Amino acid sequence: MKPHRIGIIGVGQTKYVTRRDDVILPELAREAAVIALEDAGIEFKDIDAIVFSLALDALEGVEGAEKWCAGTVGGFRKPFLRVHTGGATGGSAVHTGFFHIASGLFNCVLVLGAEKMGETHEAQNVLNQIFDPIYERQVAINAVNMCSFQAMRHMKKYGTTEYHLALVAVRSRKNALRNPYAHIKKEITVEEVLNSRVICYPLKLYDCCPRSTGACAVVMASERFIRKLNKRDVAWIKGVASCTNTYFMGDRMDDSGINDHADAEGLFLAAKRAYEMAGISDPKKEIEVAEIYAPFTTTELSAVEALGFCEKGESGISNERGVFDIDGKIPVNPSGGVLTANPISVTALARVAEAALQVMGKAEERQVEKARTAVATGEGGSLQFYTVTVLSDEM
Amino acid sequence: MKDDLIFIAQRWDIEFKHAAGETASTFFKAIMQRREILGRLCPKCKRVLLPPRSFCERCFVETSEWVKVGGEGKIQSFTIVYEKFEGLPPPPYAIAYVLLDGASTAMVNFVKGLDLNNLDQAIKKIKIGAKVKVAFKRKREGRITDFWYELV
Repeated sequence: MKPHRIGIIGVGQTKYVTRRDDVILPELAREAAVIALEDAGIEFKDIDAIVFSLALDALEGVEGAEKWCAGTVGGFRKPFLRVHTGGATGGSAVHTGFFHIASGLFNCVLVLGAEKMGETHEAQNVLNQIFDPIYERQVAINAVNMCSFQAMRHMKKYGTTEYHLALVAVRSRKNALRNPYAHIKKEITVEEVLNSRVICYPLKLYDCCPRSTGACAVVMASERFIRKLNKRDVAWIKGVASCTNTYFMGDRMDDSGINDHADAEGLFLAAKRAYEMAGISDPKKEIEVAEIYAPFTTTELSAVEALGFCEKGESGISNERGVFDIDGKIPVNPSGGVLTANPISVTALARVAEAALQVMGKAEERQVEKARTAVATGEGGSLQFYTVTVLSDEM
Repeated sequence: MKDDLIFIAQRWDIEFKHAAGETASTFFKAIMQRREILGRLCPKCKRVLLPPRSFCERCFVETSEWVKVGGEGKIQSFTIVYEKFEGLPPPPYAIAYVLLDGASTAMVNFVKGLDLNNLDQAIKKIKIGAKVKVAFKRKREGRITDFWYELV
């Protein structure tokens, strides 16, 4: 496969909040688009195609809400495609933008989306609807307890404890203080996490993400376009890969240890493919910062193992040692991550945006020193869809 | 303007009548008529899939026959829900994935008959690896909630 020289040249995010009553969803998306275009130094007319990152319609209350937004974000007389793989949506949208340019048909693609889940009465009611209506939905499965099942298996298999989960929450909250876009900006202690009310055992309130409103956009371009623009700040996309696991979580819970719900095998395989494409053989040494899609503390523990940042079952102890702290060996979620802002439609896109800012050296207060190679992940459905994107400051 | 914005309340209330299909209908009929749990055998990997499906996702082939599985099994993962979620049952309730004897994949359902009011007491009893049995509703209507698990 010939190497594709495709980069991110502009990033736009709005501050993630509980509600935005001053704008409608299309206007919110447009805000991020305008910021990203300005960052790239281009205008709407320079965009060849748009990829729209939009997850669950029922969270917006508009069926196929991309129709509502297309014109507002510059879609008039241009190709426009909506992407939806649940929580992984933003990762899939970036990959779609990559494929657009890699095909040779487009030179500059705007990848963006917006989320206004603050307008639904309760998100978990909607998230229960993603499950099979015949066999599973009536058993009250939702996005919280699907991760509780993962946590329980991780704890049983590896001796991980609620304390380890709490460490992830504490670090995320601390990092978020440096991020002007983060939704939750309040430090917490391990004790506060452990004493917070139980939602779905073993997950407690502070093991869980908030539901956020906000928008995110990235401008992706071909090498030719970037050269013509004489753009210096570029986050080059070195690897893209995705992987799909089973719909039914019970298929990942036999006693074989193969494809175990504790382990995020889909992420492991996606990472393996993305690393290979990026020429990365030792992620422990070569990845310098990671933005991981982890809406619950437990998700991050499984993810750092799947990404090869530590051995299977060692994420708990690695957290104790501060390996993933902002000044640690492999800083994870310097932005504060999903635990401090989860606008579902663009959460995985924000991971790529944040990773791009890191390798461009534009992450301001949350900049990881000398971060030149970054990885961003997405995770959607019943821990089913995974996306991995590797970015670098080098072409 | 910030204090004088207009809000428009809307509600999605959409009815569906899902066909369960031949495979799930056979599964539910066996529960309704004979209190039996049936899985589907993959001819290639020989796994017995529960809930039963007409295909094996791993081997990319159709499953070939029905296999009756045991009425007892082992908890593979569980949670106890203490939070009230809109549209979901009043808490607390326990949910578990159980590997029934003879099945190769775990099937989720409620765990009943356990006092959940005190979490610390409850998790002394409900554990990964704990044995459970299937209990059936008296009046079964072809729903996954026609049965549940109870600790043995």
